[in-house]
Amino acid sequence: MSTLTATAETARTAPARPVYRVTGRRVLSSEWAKLWSLRSTWITLGLGLLFLVAFGVIAASHYKSSLGSGRHMDRDFATATAASLSLFGTNFAQLALGVLGVLITAGEYSTGMIRSTLAAVPRRLPVLWSKAAVYGLVALVVATVGTFAAFLVGSRIVSGTPAAMGLGHAGVVRSLLGAGLYLGLVGVIGTALGALLRSVAGGISVLVAALMLVPGLVSLLPSSWQGDIDPYLPSHAGESVFALTHDATSLSPGAGLLVFLGWTALTLAAAAYRLLRSDV
Amino acid sequence: MIEAQQLTKRYGEKTAVDCLDFTVKPGTVTGFLGPNGAGKSTTMRMIVGLDAPTSGSVTVNGQRYARHRAPLQEVGALLEAKSIHPGRSAYNHLRALALTHGIPRRRVDEVVELAGLGSVAKKRAGAFSLGMGQRLGIAAALLGDPQTVMLDEPVNGLDSEGVLWIRNLLTSLAGQGRTVFVSSHLMSEVSLVADHLIIVGRGRLLADTTVQDLVRQAGGDAVCVATDDPTRLRDVLAGPGVEITGRVGSEELQVSGMSAREIGLTAAEHGIPLFELTTKAVSLEEAFMDLTRDAVEYHGTTGTETSGSAA
Repeated sequence: MSTLTATAETARTAPARPVYRVTGRRVLSSEWAKLWSLRSTWITLGLGLLFLVAFGVIAASHYKSSLGSGRHMDRDFATATAASLSLFGTNFAQLALGVLGVLITAGEYSTGMIRSTLAAVPRRLPVLWSKAAVYGLVALVVATVGTFAAFLVGSRIVSGTPAAMGLGHAGVVRSLLGAGLYLGLVGVIGTALGALLRSVAGGISVLVAALMLVPGLVSLLPSSWQGDIDPYLPSHAGESVFALTHDATSLSPGAGLLVFLGWTALTLAAAAYRLLRSDV
Repeated sequence: MIEAQQLTKRYGEKTAVDCLDFTVKPGTVTGFLGPNGAGKSTTMRMIVGLDAPTSGSVTVNGQRYARHRAPLQEVGALLEAKSIHPGRSAYNHLRALALTHGIPRRRVDEVVELAGLGSVAKKRAGAFSLGMGQRLGIAAALLGDPQTVMLDEPVNGLDSEGVLWIRNLLTSLAGQGRTVFVSSHLMSEVSLVADHLIIVGRGRLLADTTVQDLVRQAGGDAVCVATDDPTRLRDVLAGPGVEITGRVGSEELQVSGMSAREIGLTAAEHGIPLFELTTKAVSLEEAFMDLTRDAVEYHGTTGTETSGSAA
């Protein structure tokens, strides 16, 4: 009788305790699942892709029509190439992709989801790395698809004009890949800003300020300083990653990428510090 | 098993949790009671590592929560505030949590059924009613099949069917040998399920006791008896362990230490007529209020009794 009970006990309790364990890969897969289970992801990625392709095509068509009409062209257009025209949407796409990055982290704080997330992964840092990696990669892929699509359509529109260029033209593939990489890193900076500020509005404001307002403010500085600071600003360093031509005032693509990676690492480090130090 | 040692949390000047020492043991339901603002939620957040203690420590099954390899398997927690993304479906929410631990899909389906969410699991959690939200929170808490289940105000906002469901769930979890720790600001709710009580007020430990001990402490059960000759009744009832109180000139006496039956028989034996003989159980609610009176954070006053009660 007693042996019978004992075996029944072990039979009941043994399979009731499976061995679970939190691992880096599992946190990655959880963040992957979280990313795609929200409608905002699909919408914002779609917008980013649309901005890239649509603005590239619009810029190329505009170039061609103003060339045909024989009107005076503004300076930007005079030196335009198929690559620069089709990357015209980068400025707009970076907003969409950066904002989605902010939403991915700050959105967890504003909804309270972060409590569930950190209760499951109380070591915390794997969550930040996973979010940044998963989303950075997704943004990179979407942006690269977008830049190539924009170039393929845009270069066809401007074929036969001074701006005409093929994929085989020197630096074009580097430029398109560079734009994809830049936008992927903007996504990572967005996730880091969201985690750092824990507020969707705050994260978006800082992102927009850093990418779009600061360059304007720096232009108010004395010109001797300007030359020292300007190329190292996130937006300008990023631009030199994908610009086709470089002059004395801009960094080389490699140096630009290094500087932009530095900005990315800086915001990620600040986010990691806050994540470890503050209560949620 | 949850053990807190000198657990303290300060927010600037304000001390939310003040040197708490307690142990929550397996196999029973432990109620965590205190008025609003007593530090219950803060304590629970510290247990799962969402808040860091200012000083002191709290461990779960002998280790800090964050040091466990599979935290969801150690403690399943339902926290007071909503902890979901309203845009994600209930199923996807649970699935995302399960993925961090390698918990199989089968278990997700199990807890969805267990919490009665089968029909709404694919809907956006933001559209859930309060009760459905609580059920989702409990499904998440049970996901890892945890040794310790910790629920912060689980019955808040539930209809009576939901309240009953929670009660049965808590008792069955404790019956399976798990540690169950459930907070509430309502004694009446906790006393129905809890065996052990940890009572706090203003962040301090007020009592670490059992339901029976609390009743006994508060004076146990008393019998109210009325007669035209209270003096004589007093004399005949007097004895060891019997306590009798009553106002001078009143026909009423309060007797503790004797049952109503014994009092009636003794009175009849001595020919003393009784007008009233009522057993008055000390309500746990009163015992709890006595205990926490000085620790209530926000006193309300009714217009008629503005004097005296203001602490």
